[in-house]
Amino acid sequence: MRNTLIIGLSAILLWSACKANSDKKTLPIYGNREPVTKTVDGKQITDTIYQTIPPFKFINQYGDSVSSKTLNGDIYVVDFFFTTCPSICPIMHRNMLKVYETFKNTGNFKIISHTIDPKHDSVPVLKKYADKLGITGNTWWFLQGKKEDIYNIAEKNYLVAVKQDSSASGGYIHAGYFVLIDKQKRIRGSYDGTDPKQVDQLIADIKTLQAEPDQMIVQ
Amino acid sequence: MSWKLAGSLVVFVVTLLIAACQSDESLEFKRYYSSGALVYQQHCQNCHGVNGEGLSALIPPLSDSTYLRKNITALPCYIKNGLKGQITIKGKTFEDAMPANDLSPVEIAQVLTYVSNSFGNKLNTIDEQSVQKSLANCK
Repeated sequence: MRNTLIIGLSAILLWSACKANSDKKTLPIYGNREPVTKTVDGKQITDTIYQTIPPFKFINQYGDSVSSKTLNGDIYVVDFFFTTCPSICPIMHRNMLKVYETFKNTGNFKIISHTIDPKHDSVPVLKKYADKLGITGNTWWFLQGKKEDIYNIAEKNYLVAVKQDSSASGGYIHAGYFVLIDKQKRIRGSYDGTDPKQVDQLIADIKTLQAEPDQMIVQ
Repeated sequence: MSWKLAGSLVVFVVTLLIAACQSDESLEFKRYYSSGALVYQQHCQNCHGVNGEGLSALIPPLSDSTYLRKNITALPCYIKNGLKGQITIKGKTFEDAMPANDLSPVEIAQVLTYVSNSFGNKLNTIDEQSVQKSLANCK
């Protein structure tokens, strides 16, 4: 009797210990980092500068311009697609819809999908695609821009491979990653957008990011 | 005694034969269905989804049994040559094109058997011969 009590109690303790640990989970910060030493109030302080997404400017499905400034203070998820894509894009956006449905009513959150076929995917084409997908409001933007800008930011900043290739189905090869960016424009996660399990992880990680205390946000 | 034995033997053999015939038919169905599931995974699932649910107003679901039954002879052509123009599925219109899929007649039969007996659909086995007949009459 006493033994069972002890076992039961320790089980509860262990369980709550695990739970407390998982609550404190923080996400890694990806990319290069460099230490910077500066003098504040006569004291030398070493700070870490993390790699961030540099300024950009694109146009969304409403014809409005979207720059990195527009996203200041937002957590956002990025992907690359094209509307006539016959391969992985439908799965990606089926999964992204789940992310959209989960967070569409919370503030400071955005999804941005860049077309990698801006020649075909004009603003009206993107608007129609968004309408058919059932996207309204300003949570999920479909962005259009100069092709080299899109390919540059994909490969150099979000670290997602994209390439035009006439032998691939639909004419492009691209990776189906969803990249998670925090409020300071740092990469905090990368998920296979074709895998529902990883997308569930993304949803959990967005919640973790949203719960990150403010002092961590101020750099 | 020996008559009784012979009699029950005859009954037994007849029962066996009937059972064999039935399982032949269901064996054919099972063969088509399970191969069709693989064809579906490779060629259809990306767009139409693991549960045939489609994608919003972009890609139609495959759960409209009435549409499938009505278009049963046209379906092989839609798969082989693609489908353009407006269609109405479960009361909703869809207008985006489906790309052509260069599948063999037997693969088309398999995948159609799979689709028309999944996602709440319950149609007959669609065999290779009927697919070939349909393909010969594509518009």
